[in-house]
Amino acid sequence: MGIARRRFDCLVIGAGGGGLRAALQLAQEDLHVAVVSKVFPTRSHTVAAQGGINAALGNALPDNWHWHMYDTVKGSDYLGDQDAIEYMCRVAPRLVIELEHYGVPFTRLDNGRIYQRAFGGQSQNFGGDQAARTCPAADRTGHALLHTLYQQNMRAQTHFFDEYFAIDLLRDEEGFVVGALVLDIESGEPLVIEAKTTLLATGGACRIFRTSSNAMINTGDGIGMALRAGLPAQDMEFVQFHPTGIAGYGMLISEGVRGEGGYLVNKDGERFMERYAPKALDLASRDVVSRSIAIELREGRGCGPDGDHVLLKVDHLGADLIKKRLPGIRESAMHFAGTDPCEVPIPVAPTAHYSMGGIPTNLHGQVVAPERHGPEEAVPGLYAAGECACVSVHGANRLGGNSLLDIIVFGRAAGEHMAEYIRENPYNRPVADEAVDRAMQGLSRWDRKGDGISVADMYDRMSRVMEQNCSVFRTEEVMAEGVKRILELEEQLEDVRLSDHSRTFNTARIEALELGNLMEVAVATMLSAAARTESRGAHSHVDYPDRDDKNWLKHTLYLKDGHVLDYKPVRMRPLSVEAFPPKERVY
Amino acid sequence: MSTFRQFSIYRYDPDAGGEPRMQSYRLEIPDGSRELMLLDALGMLKAQDESLAFRRSCREGVCGSDGMNINGRNGLACITPLRSIKDPVTLRPLPGLPVIRDLIVDMTQFYNQYRAVKPWLINHEPEPEIERLQTPAERDQLDGLYECILCGCCSTACPSFWWNPDRFLGPAALLQSWRFLADSRDQATAERLDDLEDPYRLFRCHTIMNCSDVCPKNLNPTKAIGKIKAALMKRVG
Ligand SMILES: Cc1cc2nc3c(=O)[nH]c(=O)nc-3n(C[C@H](O)[C@H](O)[C@H](O)COP(=O)(O)OP(=O)(O)OC[C@H]3O[C@@H](n4cnc5c(N)ncnc54)[C@H](O)[C@@H]3O)c2cc1C
Ligand code: SF4
Ligand code: SF4
Ligand code: FES
Repeated sequence: MGIARRRFDCLVIGAGGGGLRAALQLAQEDLHVAVVSKVFPTRSHTVAAQGGINAALGNALPDNWHWHMYDTVKGSDYLGDQDAIEYMCRVAPRLVIELEHYGVPFTRLDNGRIYQRAFGGQSQNFGGDQAARTCPAADRTGHALLHTLYQQNMRAQTHFFDEYFAIDLLRDEEGFVVGALVLDIESGEPLVIEAKTTLLATGGACRIFRTSSNAMINTGDGIGMALRAGLPAQDMEFVQFHPTGIAGYGMLISEGVRGEGGYLVNKDGERFMERYAPKALDLASRDVVSRSIAIELREGRGCGPDGDHVLLKVDHLGADLIKKRLPGIRESAMHFAGTDPCEVPIPVAPTAHYSMGGIPTNLHGQVVAPERHGPEEAVPGLYAAGECACVSVHGANRLGGNSLLDIIVFGRAAGEHMAEYIRENPYNRPVADEAVDRAMQGLSRWDRKGDGISVADMYDRMSRVMEQNCSVFRTEEVMAEGVKRILELEEQLEDVRLSDHSRTFNTARIEALELGNLMEVAVATMLSAAARTESRGAHSHVDYPDRDDKNWLKHTLYLKDGHVLDYKPVRMRPLSVEAFPPKERVY
Repeated sequence: MSTFRQFSIYRYDPDAGGEPRMQSYRLEIPDGSRELMLLDALGMLKAQDESLAFRRSCREGVCGSDGMNINGRNGLACITPLRSIKDPVTLRPLPGLPVIRDLIVDMTQFYNQYRAVKPWLINHEPEPEIERLQTPAERDQLDGLYECILCGCCSTACPSFWWNPDRFLGPAALLQSWRFLADSRDQATAERLDDLEDPYRLFRCHTIMNCSDVCPKNLNPTKAIGKIKAALMKRVG
């Protein structure tokens, strides 16, 4: 039976901020673009971003892009690529202003310009006073940004395939990526989308952990697809645990709360960040604050009957400010903690929040891999942007407000480069039936009937292993056990069976496909983490508490075939300014 | 020890054949569970019966995926505490839209209405180097409007929408229309109002208020519709 085919210039997989910004760029270039998303675009996870997007506009306090660059390099614990970081920080002001022109309802200052708030890890003058660099739309910045980008795409008449699930990339003999196999979730019919260029913008993967701030759809599908296509995943050991997730749930309470003056206390009412980061206090970088909380909990200073959380105090800010600047957070706290933060502090604990690692790209968004010559050869026809990619601007630790910036900057850059690529490669390359057949096996595998482990059960096992063996505190022993357990689960994936074989809107089948991707990401994360014998940024290794620049100032590359780990150097040379050499990171 | 909750859930799968029916479920809630939302309960039921289909994404009330009819009232499963609803918890798809399967409706009509109000900023002047300036007071006009998550709870609770889905725009789309009319940066006021001056598109709203009652984000489409009507009147007068 033949599978239906559609042909486009560009295929964008993912309709979060990254995918939509790229699609807009392509539509403006008059290219024929298909955007595929497993959920209606405005239901993408970008919608949940709260605090804001960074740009050195200097509207509230003095600022410039070079200071932003310094903070980002330092925040990355020197694992970020300095060329990409320079590029991002330089274009940030222009692209944020452009978002304003598109219609994003940013919060305003009295003079009519965009209000800017302080976020962790921001400084003036290369490590001096606190800067205010984050541009918010109240505490619903992601919502405002995503809806605006969708609106602009409607205006540009971008072609959307809503509720289509991308299963696998299609590559030809010469290694060109020529499109993808997708599934129409509603009808259950597969479809081949042929494209001259394909962009992966599938977002993060923190659902590999049981407690996470991420939407349930953040299952690392793009990373799974890249790995199955024989491409590497980079720096997967670096997962950001956000210090303030609602205890027991994991939903995020934005850093914006601390930016507005909220602070953390332990069960003795002590403002414990004074001990860990005397200067930056509660606005120290996220890895620092998460680790501090984890130490408080381990040493018995946690709150509640189980001592499993600390408290985020905000009531002193006054109900007026909370309602005006933090309305969404107040709503979340009331829903999930059951109390009004205007009166009662919010119970919080670290939650898996952001995947720093992902599909390696250069600053044009081209996916790069060690193919034939050198570690960074572009894979023809394939791009990646947003949280699923690793440019790498976040290195070992992402600063708050830099991810929305990343998706806008590199979504646009990828769009631009795709247009250029198509000018040079104007024809669709043929898609062989064999490639489609191979991809179809990933889908038909779930038609197997009979007894087996359920998807829900396997998910539970996997996410527990990751939580127990690969979370904030990592030791050699804990991770070695984690490697063993996760590899066992990877094998048992074969024994997972679906009981629901209906075609119409089969959400169980989607969850099964997602489980396959989650497992790829979990294995990559576990193996990369166990191998890195140092502490850097979010990767905190109890047995190797120090950063080791001599041996580990390098990016990890994980390949699925044979579970191989490889390494490549960090790009220490910026585009135009002097490099920031590694220094000790104190806040 | 544990407690049990009773559910009665609308089931329909065209692929399996047969008519829509209500199916009963019993869910065991272990003692010491954290506060559960309805969506958590649905997840637990799905772990038992994989075939139960519903949409979800953010699980925190910001993406608008899981609008459904809960004990006769539209709402989001993810921010409805299980404690707050009575047994048997009766779940049906959002009313007035075609059902695809179980609790999943076809929202095409709803999205078309949204698209019909041209929900994007229109400004014909050349782009300035900096922001298009907006005072905090002007920006305040957008509060209560831009936060819409397109969940569809309002429109599918509106009798005028049930009766004239192809001609009346419905509360969600009209709220977004006002979101742009109210934006000091938008310059298409006349054009937008022209589009709405029609016996059906806007004026089918009879101020029944269902929409504002059910909105899970506490937005008030009725009020926005009132403002559009007032703007049209002023134009005539
Ligand atoms: C609660 C929370 C708050 C945050 N707040 C901030 C903040 O204040 N500032 C900041 O800078 N960053 C913030 N972040 C991080 C930031 O929001 C994300 O990193 C960013 O939005 C990711 O955007 P994206 O476009 O890469 O992916 P997403 O928005 O996650 O979009 C992914 C898209 O891919 C699609 N997709 C995925 N898999 C498939 C598949 N197999 N087939 C088809 N489609 C698929 C999805 O449908 C979706 O459209 C926050 C994150 C969280 C969790
Ligand atoms: S107020 Fe108008 S739009 Fe709202 S439910 Fe009633 S008729 Fe519908
Ligand atoms: S107005 Fe409220 S109920 Fe209606 S779609 Fe928007 S958020 Fe949902
Ligand atoms: S799952 Fe997103 S609103 Fe309920």
